[in-house]
Amino acid sequence: MHFGPHLLLAALEGLVTSAVLALTALGLSLVFGVMRVVNVAHGEFFMLGAVLAWAISTAIPGHPTVGFLAALVIAPLIVGAIALVAERLVLRRLNYNPEATIVATIGMLYIIQQLALSFYGPEARPVEPPFSYRILLPWFGYSGYKLSIIAASALLLVLTWLVLTHTKIGLIMRATQYDSETAQAFGIPVDRVYAGVFALGAMLAAIAAVLIVPISQAHYLMGQDPLLLSFIVVIIGGLGSLRGTVVAAVLIGLSDGIISVFFSPTLAKIIATMLVAMVLVFRPQGLFGQASR
Amino acid sequence: MSEASPAKAYALHLGVIALLFALSFVLPEYHHGLLARIMVLAVFAMGYNMLFGYVGLLSLGHAMFFAAGLYGAGFAVIHLGWNVPLAFLAGIACGALLALVIGLLALRTTGVAFMIVTMMFAQVFYLVILYFAAWTGGDQGLVVPQPARVLNLGATSLDLTNPTVRYMSALALFSIVLLITLAVVRSRYGRVLVAVRENEERTKMLGYDTFSNKLIAVVVSGTICAASGAAYALLFGYVGSSLASVQYSILPLLWVLLGGAATTLGALIGTVFMYYVIDIASGYTSAYLLIVGIALILLVLFFPKGILGTIRQRWLGWLP
Repeated sequence: MHFGPHLLLAALEGLVTSAVLALTALGLSLVFGVMRVVNVAHGEFFMLGAVLAWAISTAIPGHPTVGFLAALVIAPLIVGAIALVAERLVLRRLNYNPEATIVATIGMLYIIQQLALSFYGPEARPVEPPFSYRILLPWFGYSGYKLSIIAASALLLVLTWLVLTHTKIGLIMRATQYDSETAQAFGIPVDRVYAGVFALGAMLAAIAAVLIVPISQAHYLMGQDPLLLSFIVVIIGGLGSLRGTVVAAVLIGLSDGIISVFFSPTLAKIIATMLVAMVLVFRPQGLFGQASR
Repeated sequence: MSEASPAKAYALHLGVIALLFALSFVLPEYHHGLLARIMVLAVFAMGYNMLFGYVGLLSLGHAMFFAAGLYGAGFAVIHLGWNVPLAFLAGIACGALLALVIGLLALRTTGVAFMIVTMMFAQVFYLVILYFAAWTGGDQGLVVPQPARVLNLGATSLDLTNPTVRYMSALALFSIVLLITLAVVRSRYGRVLVAVRENEERTKMLGYDTFSNKLIAVVVSGTICAASGAAYALLFGYVGSSLASVQYSILPLLWVLLGGAATTLGALIGTVFMYYVIDIASGYTSAYLLIVGIALILLVLFFPKGILGTIRQRWLGWLP
């Protein structure tokens, strides 16, 4: 293959990564933005989504499309419910203290990971894609399913943006993010907003995982990379900024895809992590965020 | 705090050291070996406690300082053929240098950003170890050969692979670090650190240069952790990337939280307790990470002061 088509392929792969990453990072960003909680267990919600997708799609007989669609609906709901319980039982009792919640979510990470290992096992298991149509480009054929991931992710992102900017729920969430005490004084049930946001963040990660699992098998350690990449995206995009998160996800996903095709993935990760640490040190508000209040 | 009773505090610490010395002669072989390892790891926890307990800076990347000592000492022996004392010093020097650089960068941030930055630097350190697998052995790690682990002191030579020598070396390191920690905590400088933890702005207003005080604390903390790593490489002969992973940044946090942050002996108690819980549990189940996770959550929820912290609050106010 020539350089041009090779680059196009790398860019397409990068875009698929970006699409999934944007959804996962958006969840992390919402939770941090509204609740000021750094959720270290976010990657495990992603993993749970994938593992549940496997369980659901194998439990439902018939055409793979039916199983996949069922997984796309049910898996995020279950993950959201688990997140809701974790929020009620742990985070709320800690009063959302940033340092205590980090330690607690590290604990959740270990618990979820270990339970997945015990009940699901160490194997990587595939989920059949809902359709296997290939789009023939002049140089190579490309999976239609991968392109549909990009479309689905874009749709969900627009939907989230519309909810945040054009609905009452969105207004309440933004008010809580801006100043939770004043919001409470105006009769907003901040408590319930927090619970909802935490569940929503976990559900976004789970949806992203269900979308990606037909291409990249479900495995109990698959939460680690998305967690690190989501952190990177959220930091580059500016903590709590939605537009920054999406832009950064596309940037990171594309560069990750392209760098990994041409260089060693470990080297790509080293450079990316180092750059992000430097961004945090020298420009803590992120590349796109405004200075902190 | 401990105004009135310096003698009491020193007596307690010397008593603990004497107890550990005496245990060497009565413990069965298995627990003897385990306790040697626990003392080395307790040094790691003490280094962590210096920063987390007294300055209130929660780092999620201390595995890199431990690993700097581990690989510094390991490389000096394996690749350069240095002798044991030089290799130990090389490990410590690597950790101190790394801590200085990381401190200069990471201390520009505060709070949550500090945790994430330290975690990311540690992740870079870990990935670099994996990337240069030709020298580091990647995730297989390296074994320090037994002939290189002999300490030559003039006429006599001590074989660090001998259980008694190993136990006593670990105890020596542990005792030195414990007494240093106690001295630092009781000094003027230790009080400034606590002041920074309680209210950094006010400390600054009183005329203290909080940045350089914190920087010194990071370097001292990193150096102690590196000493623990260097001792681990020389005493147990294994240098591996798993000891640089995120998990080894979390473990000292867990040990210190359990034993009691900002208590000098809490690091030892937490390490002993957690090590034995995991050791006993792994006899029944391989899911020891589950116990780590549950312990972390229960600790922050119900027991944020840890074992010694609670004892100090309730009964023994003079505990340092």
